[in-house]
Formats: sequence, C-alpha cells, structure tokens
Amino acid sequence: MPLGIIDNRDAVAGALFLAAGLAGSALATAYPLGSAMRMGPGYFPLLLGIALAVLGAVLLLRSLRLGAGRETLRGSLSWRPAAFVGAGVIAFALLAQEQGLLLATLTLTLLSGLARRGARLAELLGLGAALSAFGVAVFSFGLGLPLPILPR
Amino acid sequence: MELLSNLSLGVEAALSWSNLLYCFAGVTLGTLVGVLPGLGPVATIAMLLPVTYGLPPDAALIMLAGIYYGAQYGGSTAAILVNLPGESSSLVTCLDGHAMARAGRAGAALGIAAIGSFFAGTLATLVLAVAAVPLTDFALRFGPADYFSLMALGLIAAVVLAQGEVIKALAMTLLGLLLGLVGVDVNSGAERFTFGVPELAEGISFVVISMGIFGIGEIIANLERDTARAGAIRAVGPLLPTRDDYRRAWKPVLRGSALGTLLGVLPGGGAMLSSFASYMLEKRLAKDPSRFGQGAIEGVAGPESANNAGAQTSFIPLLVMGLPSNAVMALMIGAMMIHGIVPGPQVMGERPELFWGLIVSMWVGNALLLLLNLPLIGVWTRLLAVPYRLLYPAILLFCCIGVFSVNNSLFDVLLAVGFGLLGYLFIKLRCEPAPLLLGFVIGPLMEENLRRAMLLSRGDPTVFFTRPISATLLLIAVGFLVLLALPRFRTTREVAFAED
Repeated sequence: MPLGIIDNRDAVAGALFLAAGLAGSALATAYPLGSAMRMGPGYFPLLLGIALAVLGAVLLLRSLRLGAGRETLRGSLSWRPAAFVGAGVIAFALLAQEQGLLLATLTLTLLSGLARRGARLAELLGLGAALSAFGVAVFSFGLGLPLPILPR
Repeated sequence: MELLSNLSLGVEAALSWSNLLYCFAGVTLGTLVGVLPGLGPVATIAMLLPVTYGLPPDAALIMLAGIYYGAQYGGSTAAILVNLPGESSSLVTCLDGHAMARAGRAGAALGIAAIGSFFAGTLATLVLAVAAVPLTDFALRFGPADYFSLMALGLIAAVVLAQGEVIKALAMTLLGLLLGLVGVDVNSGAERFTFGVPELAEGISFVVISMGIFGIGEIIANLERDTARAGAIRAVGPLLPTRDDYRRAWKPVLRGSALGTLLGVLPGGGAMLSSFASYMLEKRLAKDPSRFGQGAIEGVAGPESANNAGAQTSFIPLLVMGLPSNAVMALMIGAMMIHGIVPGPQVMGERPELFWGLIVSMWVGNALLLLLNLPLIGVWTRLLAVPYRLLYPAILLFCCIGVFSVNNSLFDVLLAVGFGLLGYLFIKLRCEPAPLLLGFVIGPLMEENLRRAMLLSRGDPTVFFTRPISATLLLIAVGFLVLLALPRFRTTREVAFAED
C-alpha cells in the first residue's frame, strides 16, 4: 500500500499541495495578523495557506478512496534529463560571475547536452564553441550584458 | 467621431518609422522563436523580454505585442509542418493542418491560416477600439471591493475554462497567489516567506517563474519524448489556397473570428479556448464531419482565425482593467510594470498615444505577418529541420541570459532551475502550470484590494455583497462553480478538452 501511494499521481499532488498549504499558513502565523479591518501581513497568506491545505487534503483523500494505480507515476519520471539540464543551468549560474560567459556557456552546453542518451562529445564541443561565440557576440558586444567574457 | 480621432492618434504613434521597425522586429523574432518546437508564446515572450529593456515604453509594448502574434503564428507553422504544437492554442491546428501537410498541401494550410488570422485580427482590433472607451469609463467606477470580486471571478473562470482537473487548477492558483506574496509587504514593511535571503526581499520575478516552468521545465519534458519526433515536411506546395479552399473556408473564418473575439474577453479565455471552441463548432456544422482530422481546410481556417481574434481581444481586460486574463497577459502586465506603466483604466487618459498606438500596432503587426512571413516560410521550414538536440542547449542559454538580465542576478538563475524542476514535476502530476502564473501575478493586487475594501467598510465583509458591481461579479463566479458541479457540464467539458 505505501508504494501504491507513491505511485499515485493525485496522491502525490495532493500531498504536495497539503504540505505547501500547511507550511504557508504556519509561516504566516509568525507575521502580525491584524484585524479584518486592518489586515496585517499575515492575514491574507494565512487564508490562502488554509485553503490550499484543504484542497490538497481533499485531493489526497479522494485519490486514496479511488484506489492507487489508476494513474501511475513510477517509471514515468525520467531522472536523466532533469538532472543534466538542472546541473547545466546551475553550473552556468555558479560560473558566470567568476569564470566568464565563455566558460559558463561551454559548461552549460556540455552538461545539458548529456541529458540525451547517446550524445556525441565532438558534436557537443562544436555546439558549445558555436554558442559561446554567438553568446559573446550578441549578448556581450551587442546588448552589453554585464558579465565578464573571460575568467577574472 | 471620437473613435476616428483616437485611431488617428494611434496611427500616428504606430506608423512612426521607429515603431514600425520595432513591430516588424517583434513579429519576426517572435515567429523565429515561436516556430521552434516546444516553445509556446509564454516562453517566447519571456525569453525575448530582455531585448525590449532598452526601448521607450511604447516601442517596447508594440514590440512585445508583435512578438506575441509572431509566436502564435510560428506555433501554428510548427503545428502544421511537424505536428508539434508550441502550446495548447495550436493543438487543434495539428489535427487538420498536419493532415493537409502530409497530403502535400502545407502551403495552402499556412496560407489560409495567415489570411484567416489577418481577417480575424482586423475585426478584433476594431472591436477593441470601439469597446475601449465605454469599458474604461465603466472600469473607473470600480472600487476596491469590486476589483477584488472581479479578480476572484477571473481566477475561478480561468480554472473552469482551463484544461485539466478543476481541483488541481484551483490548488495551483492558490499556490501562485502565495508565491506572489513573497517579499516585503508594501503596507507593513514586513518580509514574508523570504527566509532571510536578501535576494527574495524584492519578491520573485515573474520572469524567473515563467522561464523556469515554461522554459526549463518544458525542455526537460520535451527531452523525454524526443525520440518519437516525426521528420519535418519539406514539400510545402503552393502557398495560395485554391478557389475551392476559399469557398470552403470563408464561413469558418467569419465564424471563428466572431467566436474568438467574444471568448477572448473572458477571463481564462484567449487563444486556446477560442481555437478549441471554433473547431468543435465547425465540426458540428460540417455536412460531412468525417473529413475532419483528414485535412479539412475548415478545421484550420476556423480555429486559426479564432485564436488570433482571441489573442487580440484578451488585451481588453488588461488594457481596460489592468487585469491579466491568461498566462500571456500575465507576462504582458509584468513587462508593462518593468517599463514603469501600471496597467489600469487610467492608462488611456494619461498615456493616450501609448494606448491607441498599441491598438493600431496590433493591426499593423497582423498585416506585417501576412505580408512578410508568408514569403519567409522556406526559412521557417529549414529552421524546423534543425534537430532538437542542437536547439535545446541554445534555448537554455537564452533562458539563463533572459533570467539574469532582469535584475542582473545569478541567484535568479538558480531560482529558475528550482522552478524548472518543479514545473517538470507539475507536468508529470498533470497539474497545468498556467493558473499558477496567473495567480502569481494577481496575488499582490488581490491582497491590496482586499485590504482596502475591508478598511473602507470598517472590517465588514458584507461589502462584497452590498455593492452592486461586486455582488454581480461574485454571483457569476458562484454560477461558474455551480455549473461545474452539474454532471452534464462536466462531461461536456471533459469531452471538449479530450478532443485531440
């Protein structure tokens, strides 16, 4: 049964919304609530959080009642594209300021290129070189992007 | 005759050489990016937004509107040629458009789409120009309570009319509203949901969310189904529809234009709903419905006209009330704010040249699309032949630069990755992300008006039911919810959206 729950799209979505709603309203109570007439910063988020938590709970309970397995999640999530695309963009964000736009673009291309199975390194290197050149020409020289081009 | 003087003011603004140039650049860039598989208008606009930063506000808005129409048209091109819709508004175009392309008649499909869109755009622009003044006068009578109710109605209608399950869409809206509150509260100065991170004090930029979810998240989802991609059609065939095509298509174009003009004004309406509705209508009216899906030109002409008309009139709530009715308009509102324009009924009075210039430039943009993009179809075809494996790293680079340049902040890029992964998860969980973006943009506005309304009424919540405008709007909202509870409507709704 526990595995069945993880497998159920609606249950996962419901749990996610429930958690977000609870966290939102819990955080909101830390801010002054104020009164209905003079609402403090916590008033509206608390209302929203509660409503979100209720919807999440309804979704979760309904999915459990309908039974798991109708809409399965397991096996449909592919980790490879998510991991490599994510890593590529994170690398860009971490590198750009210190190592410059050229290296950051190259790293982004190489890492995100690996998101596909059977990617060819030579092709990715070529693409990376082309994109870095294009990026520097258009963004740095053309639009005056405030990022260094080469490592400092 | 006020209309004529207003329009001539707009013509003056829109037809200046520089604005004409920006309109042209916008339409071309929009088509260029929009034609790329998997990039809908939302991602396209978000990606090209930085290009407009250096421009004066009126030029920037004209260019953005051009980008929007270009992206929409590019999406239809991709749908017809490679059966890959950029977003849901060109989903129905795939059905008969791609069937025509397989039969060697891609040119005729693209041609009728462009001609129908132009006609629809002209009609919708006229409606917009005529309706703007009286609607704005009406909007100026709105108090905070009325605005709050209008937003509630808008969000609920968007949920009901959107694709997917209602409860998930509602939850996504609420999540978006919450995300919109991140940052310093303008009334009290308290920091909310910032976890002490200084970069979050200004709030999350809407570009971060839209690029994360609609850019990065979409790319991850696309990569997963990359293998099953069909090859591009190379033989386009003659561009101009035949006389028989015109005979079949002119009525659908008329009906689609009218339908789109009406549905575009609805909150949550706009391009997608219009094209779906038009396809259903044409199929129902056809003498031989079995031709649909096999390359019936009516199935291209109607929806394409409708989605363009809808795209146009969805500007009405934005320009008149300052309220976005769908995800694209949410982006436009963000873009206007970046350029220092607070959208709302006051814009028409304070910046008439901007307001009417934008309206006229909508028509100009449509004309440019027809005149310049049809000859360029060869270029788009070649672009579509570029394999996705070479495209997506480039798109990612554009996303990174686009997000970075809003605040010159690499932290924003990291944040966008987070939203990208979240967006991918949402796609997997069958949670439509558009309501989240809508809620995100409306969140602060809604809170502000709720606070003001309650302050004015001295904490009495019945104000929402005693003011006639507010009460009417809430009544309509309740009507939508009741409609949803009716089993008969639910089935129709599910059938309508399952039609692909």
